[in-house]
Amino acid sequence: MKLKRKLYELAHCRAGDKGDTLTLSLFPYDERDYPLLCEQVTADKVKAHLQGIVKGEVTRYALPNLCALQFVCREALLGGVTTSLTLDTHGKSLSYALLEMEIEA
Amino acid sequence: MLRIGSGAGFAGDRLDPAVRLAEQGNLNYLVLECLAERTIALAQRRKLQNPATGYDSLLERRIAPLLPVIKKQRVRLITNMGAANPLAAADKIVELACQLQVPVKVAAVTGDDVADWIDPEQRVLESGKPISAYAPVISANAYLGAEALLPALESGADIIVTGRVADPSLFLAPMIHHYRWRLDDFTRLAQGTVVGHLLECAGQLTGGYFADPGVKDIPNMADLGFPYADVDEDGRATISKLEGTGGAITLATAREQLLYEVTDPLAYHTPDVIVDFSGIQLREVGPDRIEVFGARGREKPPTLKVSIGYRAGFRGEAEISYAGHNAQGRAELAGEIVRERLRQEVGEVRIDYIGSTSTHRKSFTPDVVPYEVRMRAAALTPTPELAARIGEEVEALYTNGPAGGGGVRRSVNEVIGIVSTLIPREKVATQVTIRELVP
Repeated sequence: MKLKRKLYELAHCRAGDKGDTLTLSLFPYDERDYPLLCEQVTADKVKAHLQGIVKGEVTRYALPNLCALQFVCREALLGGVTTSLTLDTHGKSLSYALLEMEIEA
Repeated sequence: MLRIGSGAGFAGDRLDPAVRLAEQGNLNYLVLECLAERTIALAQRRKLQNPATGYDSLLERRIAPLLPVIKKQRVRLITNMGAANPLAAADKIVELACQLQVPVKVAAVTGDDVADWIDPEQRVLESGKPISAYAPVISANAYLGAEALLPALESGADIIVTGRVADPSLFLAPMIHHYRWRLDDFTRLAQGTVVGHLLECAGQLTGGYFADPGVKDIPNMADLGFPYADVDEDGRATISKLEGTGGAITLATAREQLLYEVTDPLAYHTPDVIVDFSGIQLREVGPDRIEVFGARGREKPPTLKVSIGYRAGFRGEAEISYAGHNAQGRAELAGEIVRERLRQEVGEVRIDYIGSTSTHRKSFTPDVVPYEVRMRAAALTPTPELAARIGEEVEALYTNGPAGGGGVRRSVNEVIGIVSTLIPREKVATQVTIRELVP
C-alpha cells in the first residue's frame, strides 16, 4: 500500500488574488518530485480538497520550465478583497490550505 | 547595464529599505509601487473631500528621506504614489524640496482617470452586470502602460509620479527609455515585464513572504533587503539585493514571486504586451543572484483594464473571547445567539472562530484544544447604523452570556468596492506636467 503524505512535506506554495479569483502556485522542494505532483495534484483533486472555499472552476497550468503547477480558482474569495467579510480578505493564507492536501507518495 | 531597484511593494510597506537601496545600490532607477486595487478608490474619496489631496498618505514620509539621497546618488525615482491626484503629489514633492532646499524636477503623469468616459450600461468583468448596478461610483481609473511614462522620462525629471499604471509597466518604462526598445518589440517588452513583475512586490522576492521557520528558514528578516535587477539590452536580467541585508534570493523565492497573482501564465495581460511564461528560465548564478530570461510576448491588448470604485456599504465587525474548558462550545453558542438576534434586521452575518494564546497569556491545559476561541461576527450593511448593530449585539453578550466572555472590540467602516471593465485604449489620453524647484 502506498503511503499518504501531506503536500506540506514535499512542496511549497504561494497564494495570490485578482478580484474573486485565487491563484495557488505549487513547487516541489526536490525537482524529482515534480512528476508526482503533476500526477497526483490534479485540478479535480484541488477542487475537491478546497470544497467550501472554491465555488467556481479550478484550472491547472503545468509549467515544467519553472517546476511549477499553477491553480487558478474562480469564485474563491467571497467577492474579493474589497467587499469580503472574512479576516483574510486577500486569501493570502490559503496557500497553506492547499498544503494540507494528502497525496499518495 | 541598467540597474533598477524596488523600494516599496505596497502602500504600507517599510520606509527604510528604499533609502538604503538608493544610498548603496548604485541604482539608475528606484521604483516605489504603492497602489493596490482599492487604494486608489480610497484616495479618490479623500480627493472628493479635499481637492488638494488624493495622493498616497505616506508620500511625504517616503519622499523626505529619499529626496536628498536620490539627488546625491543620481537615482531617478518612479512611483505611483500620485494615486488619485498625481498633480497634487507633484506640488507636495516640490513643497518638500523647498523645505529641504534640494532642487528637484517632478513629472506628473495623468490621464488614467476615465470617470468621464465610462458608459454606465457597460458590463463589468466580474459579474456581467452593468456598471450602474454598482452605485454610487466614485472612481474609474484605467491601467496605463509604460508608454505613458516615456515623455516624463524624456523630460529629465528626477521624480516621475503617476496614478494608476500597471505595476510591471513602472519598471518596464525606464528599460524602454534607456535601451530605446521599440514598442512593438514584444519579446523585449515581455522580458522587461517579467523583470518588473518579479520586482514589484519588493520583499516578497527577497524571501520575506517565503519564510516558514524550521522548513523554509530565511536569515535576518527584521532587516529584509529589497531587490534590484541588472537588465541588459535584450531584457535578460540578474536579480539581487544589497550585501549585508537580510533575506534571501533563491530559485524557490523567485519562482514563488514569478507566478504570484498570475491568472493565465500563457497569456499574462499588461497594457504593453501579452506575456507567455512557458519559456521563462530562472538560474542561480551566485549567492542571492538569480538570472531570468526566456519570456515571450505578443501584441498588446486593444483595451485597457479599468478599476471602478463604488460605495458598497458599511462593514460592522465585533469580537469576543472565550478560554479554557469548552471554549469552542461557548464561542459557538455566542455566535448562534448573535446570528439569531440579527437575523431580522441585518440578514446573513459571518461568524468566525479565532484563537491561540491571547486570553490567558498561555494555555493552562495543553490538552484542551483549542484552549481559547475568539468569536468574530461581521456583516455588510447599507447604513452605518445597521453595521453598528453587530457590535451592539456582541457587546450585549457581556452580561447575557454565555459564560466567561471577555475582550469585546467593535468597529464600523465604510466599504469601497472595486469592479473592473475594459476601455478602448484610444479613449485614454495621457499627459505629462512638469513641476520644478530650480536652484
